[in-house]
Amino acid sequence: MELLSGADMLIRSLQDEGIEYIYGYPGGAALHIYDALFRQDKVKHILVRHEQAAVHMADGYARASGKPGTVLVTSGPGATNTITGIATAFMDSIPMVVLCGQVASTLIGEDAFQETDMIGVSRPVVKHNISVRHPEEIPEVIRRAYYIASTGRPGPVVVDIPKDMTTPNERYEYVFPKKVKLRSYNPAIRGHAGQIKKAVDMLMAAKRPIIYAGGGVVLGKASKELTELAHKLGFPVTNTLMGIGGFPATDKQSLGWLGMHGTYESNMAMHHSDLILAVGARFDDRVTNATEKFCPGARIVHIDIDPASISKTIDADVPIVGPVDAVLKEMLGLVAESKERPDAEALKSWWKQIDEWRAFHGMRYETSDTHIKPQEVIEAIWRITNGDAYVTSDVGQHQMFAAQYYKFDKPNRWINSGGLGTMGFGLPAAMGVKLSYPDSEVVCVTGEGSIQMNIQELSTCSQYNLPVKIVNLNNQALGMVKQWQDMNYESRHSQSYMGSLPDFVKLAEAYGHVGIRIDRKEELEPKLREAFAMKDKLVFLDIYVDPFEHVYPMQVARGSMKDMWLSKTERV
Amino acid sequence: MRRIISVLLENEPGALSRVVGLFSQRNYNIETLTVAPTEDETLSRLTVTTSGSDKVIEQITKQLNKLIEVVKLVDLTEGSHIERELMLVKLKATGSQRAEIKRTVDIFRGQIVDVTSTIYTVQLAGNSDKLDAFIQAVGPAGVLEVVRSGVSGIARGEKVLSL
Ligand SMILES: Cc1ncc(C[n+]2csc(CCOP(=O)(O)OP(=O)(O)O)c2C)c(N)n1
Ligand SMILES: [Mg+2]
Repeated sequence: MELLSGADMLIRSLQDEGIEYIYGYPGGAALHIYDALFRQDKVKHILVRHEQAAVHMADGYARASGKPGTVLVTSGPGATNTITGIATAFMDSIPMVVLCGQVASTLIGEDAFQETDMIGVSRPVVKHNISVRHPEEIPEVIRRAYYIASTGRPGPVVVDIPKDMTTPNERYEYVFPKKVKLRSYNPAIRGHAGQIKKAVDMLMAAKRPIIYAGGGVVLGKASKELTELAHKLGFPVTNTLMGIGGFPATDKQSLGWLGMHGTYESNMAMHHSDLILAVGARFDDRVTNATEKFCPGARIVHIDIDPASISKTIDADVPIVGPVDAVLKEMLGLVAESKERPDAEALKSWWKQIDEWRAFHGMRYETSDTHIKPQEVIEAIWRITNGDAYVTSDVGQHQMFAAQYYKFDKPNRWINSGGLGTMGFGLPAAMGVKLSYPDSEVVCVTGEGSIQMNIQELSTCSQYNLPVKIVNLNNQALGMVKQWQDMNYESRHSQSYMGSLPDFVKLAEAYGHVGIRIDRKEELEPKLREAFAMKDKLVFLDIYVDPFEHVYPMQVARGSMKDMWLSKTERV
Repeated sequence: MRRIISVLLENEPGALSRVVGLFSQRNYNIETLTVAPTEDETLSRLTVTTSGSDKVIEQITKQLNKLIEVVKLVDLTEGSHIERELMLVKLKATGSQRAEIKRTVDIFRGQIVDVTSTIYTVQLAGNSDKLDAFIQAVGPAGVLEVVRSGVSGIARGEKVLSL
């Protein structure tokens, strides 16, 4: 029989769970745990400079690897600093476990020093949270936390650990449970066979079908099945912002992504389709535009692991609750067995129509002799990294340009805060990826507004040698805000100008990194190449781009999917 | 439409606040809420009455089901069911009012459970409409205090909500 303190049990459980890295920041209520961490070397701890960054690091790691990330912080301010990160992960269904210290259980409710009701504060933004009530339950709680975080529709789980649960000299028997069973939590493991059959019949009968694939395809590790099904059927595929990479962007059946800043051809094809196969997507408002005008002629098959995502905003004709990979596999089986094939004539004229849409817009943008265009920066990075980098982004115009002009052929490579839209996400997320994939190219595309929300992490990068490439599309403005002000507020740029920018080159150097400023068009490609050749250096590329550029296409507010601005002057 | 949703919940600290939090967070309304442990002490039975379009009700049941501590739930209004609410009312009762109130209480099959020279305290059980009707019948002017338990419900016939 092995006797361990609560703190040692916690760390042992992390080891037994197979956790390699945890990201965190110490403080009073977590000190017993930090001491236990010190006395072992299996679980490695990364000391960030702000707890929000620890959560984004765990998140970036989880998105790239498909495995849950782990965070450790202290009570009170340590815990509340994680909230934005947790909410970010929650909105995008990212598996993670956040371990928070708490004041001793005997002090709870007394407004003790650094006491915050973390269970209450985090409740609306977690998949679940658990408070430890006895040291002996720690292994069980940890096992359950990872199980809940990573199964079904994944999400963040908070574990609140009062300090007296980790007291060093109180020891208990350590048993790591082999299995978790929860009578009240049983995520679906397969879809309903009858519904799947019905869906396949509808696919075969469709004349203007489209596959609308969301983040669930990436999270559910189903891009292989999705790609195979799309190829078998010959249907066009559009991805959501979260689903990018779930279907190869350079495949000729890919229409790019859809929605507010989606491609013209995706939005047009959705609007005119007669059948939408929605896979792991949730018809959110950045996709549908006005729901009452959404795709008037389309019938909808909707596959999702989360029943609450089905018929929430748009009613599904055939709902299928289940893991997307299992359901798609079953569909593939039925398609293989079936003697029927999609209507070739109808598909041919559908593709002809789609190709006309493609030719009409095709993500064109105006180039300039004087200014560097943000779009060309992204295209250059795509070329230089052979389209194979992990790209994280912050939030704003640069995010949309990165998603539009970097062609992702693999899942888990495009890493952004799609649901919450959290500025400050990009750099720590990139760090989380680089730590676990040191041999891969990791690029953070950011803006001068966003990067300053977690710039302190440049210090963490020096400490742990994380040579990510930071591409700052510097437009000297909160560009996305400014674009909305141009379009909706007669260009009254209320608080969207970023004055007093630091010298980012010197700043990077101050942290021991390399800084490169690019402001002339002809320097762009050579300096980018120079930067990417420095494999073991963090390079901060401060690139002065056209400050007047807007992101297009852009859906017209309260319109249907097909109502878009294609440039500052063209509206369709 | 008004619905009665009955939930079996893990009897654990924090479980109730998750249910209540869900309703406020997602802008669903709660008309009444009752909760108490069941014969199996690891479980609580929670009954919530709410209203909304079919779409909203569908979301409410799905979102409730997503809460880890929710073991099972049923929308009782989908089938035939019995609903009861308990009310305690303190009424001004002097002079000729006393006989009149007593008669009304009898008609509604209530009981006078406490008496002073000027007060009757009445206990009444039934569905919510009946309780409303009683208040109307005695006349709101004489009502000093009303305590209602909120609705509890159970399905008719063989149907049971259990593990
Ligand atoms: C934490 C946070 N605060 C505010 C916003 C609102 N917001 C969205 S985009 C944006 C501007 C971002 O500016 P920058 O990072 O420079 O990117 P750009 O749009 O200029 O490319 C703002 C303020 C947000 N998404 N996140
Ligand atoms: Mg900017």
